[in-house]
Amino acid sequence: MNQTAAPPASPRLSPSITASRGRLQWRHFKDVSAKWIVGVGGLSVLVALLLIFVYLLVEVLPLFRGADVHPRAAYAVPGGAGRTLYLATEEQFEVGLRVTPDGAATFFDVQTGAVRETLPLPLNGRGLARVAEVALDKGYLAAALDDGSVLPFKHTYAVTYPGDRRRIQPAIEFPRGPKPIAFMPEAPRALAVRDSDERLFLAGADRSGRVYIKTLETTASLFGESSTRIAADLAFTPAVTPDFLLVDPGIAWLYTVDARRGRIALHELRGGEPPLLVSDEAVGGKVAYAGWLAGGISVLTADERGRVVQWFPARDADGNWQLARVREFETGGPPTALAAEHRRRGFAVGDAQGNVALLHATAQRTVLEERLLDGPVEFLSFDPRANGLLALGRDGMLHAFRVDNEHPEVSWSSLWGRVWYESYDTPDLLWQSSSAVGDFEPKFSLTPLTLGTLKGAFYAMIFAVPLAVLGAMFTAYFMSPALRQVVKPTVEVMQALPTVILGFLAGLWLAPFVEANLPGMFLTLVVLPVAVPAVGYLWLRMPPRVRRTVPTGWEAALLMPVLVLLGWACFALAQPAEALLFGGNMQSWLDEELGIGYDQRNCLVVGIAMGIAVIPGIFSIAEDAIFSVPRHLSLGSLALGATPWQTLVGVVLPTASPGIFSAIMIGLGRAVGETMIVLMATGNTPVMDFGMFSGMRTLSANVAVEMPESEVGSTHVRLLFLAGLVLFLLTFFLNTLAEVVRQRLREKYSNL
Amino acid sequence: MTGHPGAQDPAARAADLTARDTESVRAYVKSGAPYVWFTAAAIAASVVIVGALLLLIAVRGLPHFWPGDVVVGEYREPGKDPEPVMAEIVSREPVTAARLKGAGMLVDESRAVYERLLLKVGNRDLYGADFRFELDAWLENRAWPDEAVVFERVEWGNFYGTLLAVRQGGTATAVGDAAWGAWRGLQRRADALRDDIHELERDEIGAVNFALERLRLAERRLQLAGRTPESHPQDYAALAGERGALDARYAALQERLTKLYDEIGRDSVVVRSVDGQEVEIPLAKIVRGYRPNAMGPGAKLAFYFAKLWEFVSDEPREANTEGGIFPAIFGTVLMVLIMSVIVTPFGVVAAVYLREYARQGLATRVIRIAVNNLAGVPSIVFGMFGLGFFVYFVGGGIDRLFYPEALPGPTFGTGGILWASLTLALLTLPVVIVATEEGLARIPRALREASLALGATKAETLWRVVLPMASPAMMTGLILAVARAAGEVAPLMLVGVVKLAPSLALDGNAPFLHLDRKFMHLGFHIYDVGFQSPNVEAARPLVYATALLLVAVIVVLNLAAVRIRNRLRERYKTLEH
Repeated sequence: MNQTAAPPASPRLSPSITASRGRLQWRHFKDVSAKWIVGVGGLSVLVALLLIFVYLLVEVLPLFRGADVHPRAAYAVPGGAGRTLYLATEEQFEVGLRVTPDGAATFFDVQTGAVRETLPLPLNGRGLARVAEVALDKGYLAAALDDGSVLPFKHTYAVTYPGDRRRIQPAIEFPRGPKPIAFMPEAPRALAVRDSDERLFLAGADRSGRVYIKTLETTASLFGESSTRIAADLAFTPAVTPDFLLVDPGIAWLYTVDARRGRIALHELRGGEPPLLVSDEAVGGKVAYAGWLAGGISVLTADERGRVVQWFPARDADGNWQLARVREFETGGPPTALAAEHRRRGFAVGDAQGNVALLHATAQRTVLEERLLDGPVEFLSFDPRANGLLALGRDGMLHAFRVDNEHPEVSWSSLWGRVWYESYDTPDLLWQSSSAVGDFEPKFSLTPLTLGTLKGAFYAMIFAVPLAVLGAMFTAYFMSPALRQVVKPTVEVMQALPTVILGFLAGLWLAPFVEANLPGMFLTLVVLPVAVPAVGYLWLRMPPRVRRTVPTGWEAALLMPVLVLLGWACFALAQPAEALLFGGNMQSWLDEELGIGYDQRNCLVVGIAMGIAVIPGIFSIAEDAIFSVPRHLSLGSLALGATPWQTLVGVVLPTASPGIFSAIMIGLGRAVGETMIVLMATGNTPVMDFGMFSGMRTLSANVAVEMPESEVGSTHVRLLFLAGLVLFLLTFFLNTLAEVVRQRLREKYSNL
Repeated sequence: MTGHPGAQDPAARAADLTARDTESVRAYVKSGAPYVWFTAAAIAASVVIVGALLLLIAVRGLPHFWPGDVVVGEYREPGKDPEPVMAEIVSREPVTAARLKGAGMLVDESRAVYERLLLKVGNRDLYGADFRFELDAWLENRAWPDEAVVFERVEWGNFYGTLLAVRQGGTATAVGDAAWGAWRGLQRRADALRDDIHELERDEIGAVNFALERLRLAERRLQLAGRTPESHPQDYAALAGERGALDARYAALQERLTKLYDEIGRDSVVVRSVDGQEVEIPLAKIVRGYRPNAMGPGAKLAFYFAKLWEFVSDEPREANTEGGIFPAIFGTVLMVLIMSVIVTPFGVVAAVYLREYARQGLATRVIRIAVNNLAGVPSIVFGMFGLGFFVYFVGGGIDRLFYPEALPGPTFGTGGILWASLTLALLTLPVVIVATEEGLARIPRALREASLALGATKAETLWRVVLPMASPAMMTGLILAVARAAGEVAPLMLVGVVKLAPSLALDGNAPFLHLDRKFMHLGFHIYDVGFQSPNVEAARPLVYATALLLVAVIVVLNLAAVRIRNRLRERYKTLEH
C-alpha cells in the first residue's frame, strides 16, 4: 500500500496513516455514515412512540368529526307534479321511489331524475289518501285508499351483476295480496299499520276523531294452507284528537297525538278493548310532526317552534308504565319535514327556510345544521344505509345529497354521562356494544370501563404499595448485603413472570380458594400486622445465645418461616371459625347480614394478582432510589444519635421520596394497563360498583375481548381505539412524570 | 412496673433501668424496631409469595403425568342407592358441612367439616362428565385391583374399567388374563399404522393440497392479468396438465390412505366399566393403555417420562385438553426468533446513539422519556397498533400489491406470525435498549480513548472495541426481551395467535417459512385452555403443566441474563483498576 501516491508527510508515521487517500476517504465515509445510521436509529424510538400515538389518534378522530352533506343532483320531481305521498331509495342510493295520490309508484334514477319505471298500484280507479310505513327497514308500506280500505305493499329491489356491472330491478310486492283490505268507512286522516306475519294490525282515525282498530289473524294449517280471520274490529274515541296515530312493531302501544292542542297520549293495546289510556302528556306547543325513530321504540314529536322531543314508555318508581319525555332537541325554525334513519337512532329535520339538521337521539347531538334548499322542505328521506338523503322542496325540485355521517352516535355526553337508553326506566351508564343494528341500540359509555380500570388499579395498589415500598426500605437500608444479593433478583424474577400465568392462577386457583377461605383471608389480614411486631419483641427478649444465630440484617429471613407458619395457622383456623361465627358460610352471611353480594372473581382476587404483578416493578425502582441515597447522609444522622429507624424516616426517605414516587407511578401505569389478569380474574361485567366483592370490566380487557370481533371502521372499533388512546395517554402521563422525577433525582444525587 | 423486688439493690436497679431502656415494650416501640420488623415482614412476604407461586405451579403441574392408582369402591350417599365407582383420586379439600347442606346434601350436622374428593371417573361417553366431586366419608369398600385398566383414547377421554377380550376382525382372539398381553402386541401394530396415516395425511396429501391451492391462485392471477382461456390457451393448458397430475397423485394417495384405515380398523378391545356397561374400543382410537395398580415405581417413572415427552413433542387432542403442546412451543420459539432478528439491531443502535453519539442534553432526555414510555405503554395498546397499522394498513397494502389473486381472502392482511413478531419487537425494544445502554455505560472510557488515540475513527472504535465488549450486555437485553415476549399474550390475541393452527409456519412446502400463517403460543394456550375450554377440570392439570414449562423457560432465561450481567460487571471492575 505504501507504493501508492500518498504524500509522505513523515516517514516515521505508521503505515496506516500514510495509507491511500481513497482508503482514508472510505474510512471517513464509513465514520460519517455510521454516525447517521446511529442517529436515525436513535430517533426511531421516538418515531415509534409517535407513530403509535398518531395512529391511535387517526383512528379515533373521525368519531368527533361532524357530518358532511354533498349535493349530488337536483331535478324536477319525477312522476309529474302533484302531492308526494312517499319518497324512498334503496340501499345503493341508485333507484328512488315516489308514490303519488293517483296510485302510481314511480321508480327513478336518483342521480339523474330519469324515470325508470312506473308501476300503478291496483286501486281500481280509487285514489290514494296517504301512505304509512309498516316496516321501514323492509320497505314495507301501507296505502290508505279514498274509500277507507288499505293496501299493504312492499318496494323491493333485485340486484344482479350481468357482465360485472350492477343492475337494480325495482318491483312492487303485495304481502297480503293485491286486493285492498276493507277497513274504514272513509279515508283515514291518520293511519298506522303493523304486520307480524301472523297478525296484520290496522289503526286509522277518521275526521271526527274516532279511531278504528282491526286485526287480521292468519293461521297456517298443517297442510300449508293459511286462513285469515278478523280477530278484532272496534272503534273508540281516544283521550286526545288523533291527528297522528302510531303503533309500535310489537303491537303493544298506540300513540295518538293532537297537533293543535299539543298533546300526546299513550294507550296500551294488550290491556283490553278499547285500548287502555296509560298517560297523556303535553308536548309544549303545536305539533307539526310525529313519527318513529328506528327500532320502533321511541316516538319523535316536532313542535312548531322547532323543538323535537323523544318519547318512549318507561316504568316509574312504582313500576307503573308511563310515557317518558326522554330528551329534547332544539332545531332552527318551524319544522316542515322529518325523516328517521333506518338503522341508527339518527334523524333529519327540515324547516321552512330550507335548513336541514342531522341529529342523533341517543347521543343527544346535532351533527350538522345546514341550509340545503332555497325554500321550504316538503319531504325528507334517507336511504337504508343513511349515506344518501332525498329532500323535496315545496317548489317541486327534488335534491339528492350524499351524506357523510359515520359516527353520529358518539358524543362527549354519551361517552361519559348518564344516558337514558330505550327500554330503560332511568338514565344509566352502560357498555353493551353488541348488536349495532336492529331494535337493540348499542350502549357506549366508557364510564363503567374507566371505573373498572381505576378500581382494579386501586385494589392492586393497596396490596402492592405497602409490600413493595416497605420491602424496599428494609432491603436497601437494613438488609445484609449477602441476603440482599439473593432477595433482590428473586423479587425481580417475579417481574418476568408472564401475567397470563398470574391471571390463570388468580382465576382458576385463587378465586375458588378465596371463596372457600374468605374468613382465612381476613384472619390473616388481622393477625399478621399484630403478630409481626410481637415476634420482634419476643425476639428481643430471647437469650443472646439464640439471638446471635441470626445476625442483624437477616431478620427478613427469620420472618419467612414465621409468616408461612402464621398464614397456615390462620387458614387452618378459618374453617372452624367460619362454622362458629358465620354459620359455616361467610358469603351467605355477608349477603344476608350486610347485603354485600359476592362474585367469585372479584376485586380482592384481582387486587392480589395484579398486586403481585406490580410489586417487583415498584420494589426494584424504590429500592434503587433508597439504596443510592449517599451514605454520608445516613452516617451523619446516626452519628448525631438518631436510631436507624429515625435516620430512615428523617433523612433517607425524604431524599429518596421522588424515586419512590416515580416507582409508584410506574406501578400504577402498569396496573392501569394490565390486561390478562383482569381478563381472567374478573367476570368482565361492566358494573358501576366500587365494592370489594364485585367484578369489573376494564378498558384493556374490553379491548382484548371485543377487538377481534368488531367490524373495521365501525363506531365500535373506533371507540375501542379511543379506549386504547385513553390508556396510552394515561400511562404516558404517569411514565413521563416518573421519568422526569427520576432524572431530577439523579442530578440531585450527583450533586450530593 | 412498680414494686420490683430488687429495687433496693443499686446494682440490680441499674440492671433494671437498662432492661427498661432496652427491653420494655415502650422502649421497643420508641426505638422504631417494630416498624423495622414491619418492613422486614414486607420483604419476607414478597419473597414467600414468589416462592409459593413457583411451588404452586410446580406442585400442580408436575404430578399430572404420574399414573395415579385407580380405586374401586362403593359410593353410599345417604338417601340414594349405592353405586359402584372406579376412579382416580385427583385432589381433596375440606368443606364446611353448612356449604354441603346448602347444596342439598344430607350431611351429618354434628360434623363441622367434611373432606371432599375430586374423582376422575373418565368414561365421558357413558357418564357425560369425566370428573365428580364426592365426599371422602361416603366412599366405602375401597380396593385397588390389579386388573383395573385405563385406556387413553383419541376422543371421549380416558376409559376406566376391566379388559374382557381382544378382537381381531370381529372375532375374539384372547379373553380374560391373556387379553392384556395380546392387546399390547396388537396395539404396537396399530400405533405404527397410525403413524403412517398421520405422515401420509400431513406430509404427502398436505403437499398436494398446497400445490393445488397454488395452481388455483396462478389461474386467478392469469384472469386478473386479462388472459382468458381463449387468448392464452397454452397457459391454461399448462395449468390443467399440472392439475391433472396432482389429481392423479391425490387419488393414489387417497387409495393408500383408505387401505391403511381399513387395516387399522381391524382390531378392537372389549372393556367393561365398573357399573357393568360393555364397550368395544377400536385400537385406532386408543393412544395408550395401562394398569396403574399393577405398575411398580420403575414402570410408573418410565410412564411418567413417556407422558412428559408426549406433552412437549405431540400435537394437542380433544380441543387442546389432551395430548401435547408441541405446536404452541414451536410457534412461541419461531415468533421469538423472528422478533429477535428485528429487535436486536434497532435496540442496539438506539442504545449506541444514546450513549456514544448523542450530546447529553434535551434530545437524549426526550428519547429516554420515549424509551420509558414505550416500556410503560400497556401491551394491549401495542396489540391494537399492530392490528391496525401492521395488519390492516401494511398487510392490506401488501395484499393489494402482491397478492391480488387471493383477494378478498387476505394473505398478509390478517394476523400472522410476522405481524406478531413485529408487534412484540416494538414492545421489547426498550428492554434491549436499557440493557445495552447499561453495558455501554460500564465500558471504561480509557478503552475508547486508547482506540481513538491510536487513530481509529469513532465508527471503528465502536465496531472493533465498544460493541464486542458490550456484546454480553446485548445478549442480556436480548434474553430479557425473549423472556418478555414468550410470556406476553394480550397483544398477540389481536395480531394472529390462534387456539389451533392447522399447519406450522415452517414446513416442507416452498418457501418453507410462511410468515403469513397464524400460530399457536404457550401463553395464549394457557388462557385458551384454562378459560375457553369446555372441560375445565380435564384441562386444568394440562394448563398447570404448560404454565410450569413457560415459567421454567422464563425463569431460566432471566437467571441466565442476570448471570451474564453480573459477570460482565465483574469483568469491567477488574478493567477499571
